[in-house]
Amino acid sequence: MPEIVVLSGKGGTGKTSLTAAFAHLMHNGIVCDLDVDAPDLHILLAPQVQQEHAFISGVEARIAREHCTYCGRCEVMCRFEAIHQQGNNLAVNPLRCEGCGVCHVVCPSNAISLTQKHCGQWYESSSRFGPMVHAQLFPGEENSGRLVSVLKQQARETAKKNALDLILCDGSPGIGCPVISSLSGAHLAVLVVEPTPSGQHDFLRVADLCDHFHIPASIIINKADLNLAIAAAIENLCTERGYAVAGKLPFNMDITTAMIAKQAITETASPLGAMVVDAWENILIQLKNGARKRTLPL
Amino acid sequence: MRIAIASGKGGAGKTTVSASLAQVWNTPAILVDADVEAPNLHLFCAPAITSSTSTFLEVPILDATACTQCGTCREVCRFMAFAKLGKTISLFPEMCHGCGGCIALCPEKALAPGQRLLGTLECGTAMGGKHAFLMGRSRIGEAMTPPQLRALQKKLELLLAQSKTTAQPYTDALIDAPPGVSCPAMTVAQEADIILLVVEPTPFGIHDFTLAHRAFLPLQKPIAVVMNRAGIPGNAGDMELAAYCQQQGLPILGLLPFSQEIAGHYAQGGIAATCSSTWEKHFTHLRDTLQAFAAKELANA
Amino acid sequence: MSKIAISSEGPGLTSMVDPRFGRAGGFVVFDTANSATSYIDNGASQVLGQGAGIATAERMAEANVEIVLSGYVGPKAFQALQAAGIKICQNIDGMTTGDALHHFQAGNVPFAEAPNK
Repeated sequence: MPEIVVLSGKGGTGKTSLTAAFAHLMHNGIVCDLDVDAPDLHILLAPQVQQEHAFISGVEARIAREHCTYCGRCEVMCRFEAIHQQGNNLAVNPLRCEGCGVCHVVCPSNAISLTQKHCGQWYESSSRFGPMVHAQLFPGEENSGRLVSVLKQQARETAKKNALDLILCDGSPGIGCPVISSLSGAHLAVLVVEPTPSGQHDFLRVADLCDHFHIPASIIINKADLNLAIAAAIENLCTERGYAVAGKLPFNMDITTAMIAKQAITETASPLGAMVVDAWENILIQLKNGARKRTLPL
Repeated sequence: MRIAIASGKGGAGKTTVSASLAQVWNTPAILVDADVEAPNLHLFCAPAITSSTSTFLEVPILDATACTQCGTCREVCRFMAFAKLGKTISLFPEMCHGCGGCIALCPEKALAPGQRLLGTLECGTAMGGKHAFLMGRSRIGEAMTPPQLRALQKKLELLLAQSKTTAQPYTDALIDAPPGVSCPAMTVAQEADIILLVVEPTPFGIHDFTLAHRAFLPLQKPIAVVMNRAGIPGNAGDMELAAYCQQQGLPILGLLPFSQEIAGHYAQGGIAATCSSTWEKHFTHLRDTLQAFAAKELANA
Repeated sequence: MSKIAISSEGPGLTSMVDPRFGRAGGFVVFDTANSATSYIDNGASQVLGQGAGIATAERMAEANVEIVLSGYVGPKAFQALQAAGIKICQNIDGMTTGDALHHFQAGNVPFAEAPNK
């Protein structure tokens, strides 16, 4: 089952707007919003939630005052500065607690328990573009990498059960834990880059990450006319590294107008729509050709 | 005063606002790029880097000759850094979160402290020596961002403390925070004195902003808003955002109009505040309202 | 005499190979001593944020597997399997576990020396 992940490094490059358009153009696939921290795809796809699940992950330490002897061993051992004096008591700062459980192990009076954390919700839904899985991490919660894995797993199961032939994922910005989880098992990364100093810089970092994990990359230069010199430099880099450029799209407010109307750009009359269609076709060709051969040379 | 410039949504204009505020800031400050996964501030404020240091996470090193395969480390570790493979215990330092539990609890003292590279910290001056500059950059492939941010914050505190004894101490830190609302953004926000949220009044922008507001609210820090790309034709989001802020008692300290000119200026690596005298005024106004807001909030605290 | 584990989408020799090692649904284990097959469920590793390859390698070692046939084996999983003394054949996909076993026994599949993912 081919999996495409749309990434950008830098936020605001048009990643989610383009993913929505690809979801519209895809015939028999499932959409997966892996930007679990700040998901936006549902705003354009307006999914109907069919099943809702709690996301339970990791643990958090709690100190039972009645058993605590204030020996302070937990405070000394905690590497995350999550345990501190609060009046006459020792307390855990849940925002700092890493859930490593060292305090629980070293407490001589068994006063520290580890409780599982309910970190968010995730959903199996249907949308006008087909089935969708998405989530919302509770604000300020962690373990987004694991939630990404849960969503991908569900997407694979749903895809298999319904004989779908593509998994399309919207990833999160940056290059940290949720992005690394998003790339796990992906066949193609679509990198949406804008030709600005920031966009180019962050694109390089996410491209390095794809190389690090040996995931083939396909590039869309969005707002390509904003800086022609940087756009050309990005194209050169793609040639050097062997990334295919799937499309070059001009700066066009229609993307924002479509977002405000809660539509994919390909659902509007914008001339940009046809260019996105071409880019999507290129991506599908690259998926076919570029994805590593997964069979034995027998 | 530590001012974290944050936004739920990436691309809302955090770096634009950070660089422009730095441009018009009227006292010496430290500019901090805490968006360590995708740091961009240096691209706009021409830093002269004077020192670059590597940051590390303390991870264990296994002395296989001393290990008796008792399995204590494997039981203590909640992050799969130890595996029992056949008869031997194997260590996977990439999985380690640096809690130190295994090293402290190994009965055979077979685990010693070692290091995993997290990234780099770079220090120097910016904007022709007007401000100090500090940026963090995470290593490609490193999954854990908070330890890199904690190293950055320690360095910031050190620089602030050192500057106190100099003739021109830094009054403020302007911190370009990571986007989003999970661990990286929270790690930075909780060490700030003031949080300035940059919001784009589009459906995505407003949605992510409300998530960020809900995430930061429990920190009980003063929070203010700057609306970026206001006045997009046909967009009802400006009104929606204003209504939300009024209802939540969030002051809107500045309105930065939507402008194709500024998008082009930014694409050339320009700082918005230097685009024209009108744009400079937008940011001196934001600076003044922000400083007044901060003074009032800190007086009340 | 050895135990050969093939990453699999289902429990038998007619099930298709699951090309993922760490996040494979399960493993069909063929025991050459008595030609018996058994199945190891790997569902728990599928939802791990990170460390699925290591957890799966641990599961292989626990079951006394000596040879693993799979599609893609990541660097950490590879290192873990090597530490456990388990031999690895990779790049296997698009066939049943039975076919994979047949190809292995016919000597068509070399042992890997480095991870391919």
